[in-house]
Amino acid sequence: MYNPTVARLTYRGLLGRRRALILFVLPALLLVLSAAVRMLTGADDNTATSVLGGFALATMVPLIGVIAGTGAIGPEIDDGSVVYLLAKPVKRPTIILTKLVVAIGVTVAFSAVPTLIAGFLLNGNSQQIAVAYALAATVASVAYSAIFLLLGTVTRHAVVAGLVYALVWESLFGSLIPGARTLSVQQWSLALAEKTAGAGAVTADVSLPLGLTLLTAATVAATWFAARRLRALTLAGEE
Amino acid sequence: MSTICIDNVSRWFGNVVAVNDVSMTVGPGVTGLLGPNGAGKSTLINMMGGFLAPSAGTVTLDGQTIWRNEQIYRHIGIVPEREAMYDFLTGREFVRANAELHGLGDREAQRALATVEMEYAQDRRIDTYSKGMRQRVKMASALVHEPSVLLLDEPFNGMDPRQRMQLMDLLRAMGADGRTVLFSSHILEEVEQLAAHIEVVVAGRHAASGDFRKIRRLMTDRPHRYAVRSSDDRALAAALISDPSTSGIEVDVQEGVLRIQAVDFGRFTELLPRVARAHGIRLLTVSPSDESLESVFSYLVAA
Repeated sequence: MYNPTVARLTYRGLLGRRRALILFVLPALLLVLSAAVRMLTGADDNTATSVLGGFALATMVPLIGVIAGTGAIGPEIDDGSVVYLLAKPVKRPTIILTKLVVAIGVTVAFSAVPTLIAGFLLNGNSQQIAVAYALAATVASVAYSAIFLLLGTVTRHAVVAGLVYALVWESLFGSLIPGARTLSVQQWSLALAEKTAGAGAVTADVSLPLGLTLLTAATVAATWFAARRLRALTLAGEE
Repeated sequence: MSTICIDNVSRWFGNVVAVNDVSMTVGPGVTGLLGPNGAGKSTLINMMGGFLAPSAGTVTLDGQTIWRNEQIYRHIGIVPEREAMYDFLTGREFVRANAELHGLGDREAQRALATVEMEYAQDRRIDTYSKGMRQRVKMASALVHEPSVLLLDEPFNGMDPRQRMQLMDLLRAMGADGRTVLFSSHILEEVEQLAAHIEVVVAGRHAASGDFRKIRRLMTDRPHRYAVRSSDDRALAAALISDPSTSGIEVDVQEGVLRIQAVDFGRFTELLPRVARAHGIRLLTVSPSDESLESVFSYLVAA
């Protein structure tokens, strides 16, 4: 179910393109911000939750997820080079699962790990806040990768669609309309942070069992659909 | 034996019919798929390569359906027309990756690179390659598993004459080896030099099939039309119509031009200057008015 060659092609394609720069810029921004906040205001749990919750989990994780998830397959389908993967006796679900693993790896490395470091910079993991948000970022990375990977197989405008989802739905609607939050990867993963952190430090809109169930369901469903899409991928001639 | 069977296949995209009820069999040896741009060649090749489902009919390789059958790629090698091919890799890394996806290794990749004579540039990144070099690396990637069927979409596009000769030699050798090689082209001379067997498609229809000599004859024997301007159109018309090589002449007074339909191409081209000289008529312009490939092909459809 995992093909090392597909994995190698995928991560080299992900890190070799120009948009990979964003993968480095966003976490760097978070770390610089965290260090600056700590120096200016000192260690404070409330500040830590608002930086980690407001920037890291609400903005950075979905953005990195968009880059890694759509980037793991979208460009290949766009430019037609996916032919070289598909014209091989390799099962389609294997290709999708491998690309998913790579996308998750990249998203975790560039979002969950920096979140953990930022948490330690902000308040030295007081009330387990750093670990809580890092855990939330990790499970969110899995779901985002699967959703955006599917998006990459469905539309040529996957990056735009992904950005709209990540910024408009997750960040904007999530903070304005309470109902939208129940259907947001961010809130599902926050449920895990709420459980992990000290009492009252983090609040989530959904319960932990529901959050984890929805995370799992979204990941599995998106992956299944993506494999289906790839199996029936047609390449229209250029004529 | 590796025979691709296209059986009553149609393919439409929305309202546009790209391939219209085509049946053909492609067997061992080199076959040329000839047709003007937009005739449906790529659509046919995509269906033979399993990247497009036929809207109606079946495409099979030795009885096995090709669409949604990834195991079929053990026997098929594909050289796509599009340029993109993991440009951030070196040629060697790319061919190696293709070999690995077939469960093969470095040895097979090196052999394929040697076959296309690309070893000298194998450690350069693909985005530094010329079009001909890309084409050869694509070939190598399709040959790593020594497929019994090779499908090539417009393989000679952008190649210089020497590279073209090399690729032709290679394809000829593969055909002589008993492999099924099918390539598409919109250039008759290319197909004629390489393929003993030709399939012609025009506007989505299967227009002709067979030996290249037969098709060549059909193409040269078709009625040719010429537009001629001369110092005395009427006198020229009178002199030409008496010869059996012409079948019709119109004196277009408004345009000041003679429209001539010739049935015997060779004889007419010799006749015209001779008649003009004998009658002291000066020829101002002689231009074939239907030499476009499309009109040549559409004649074939009617034939």
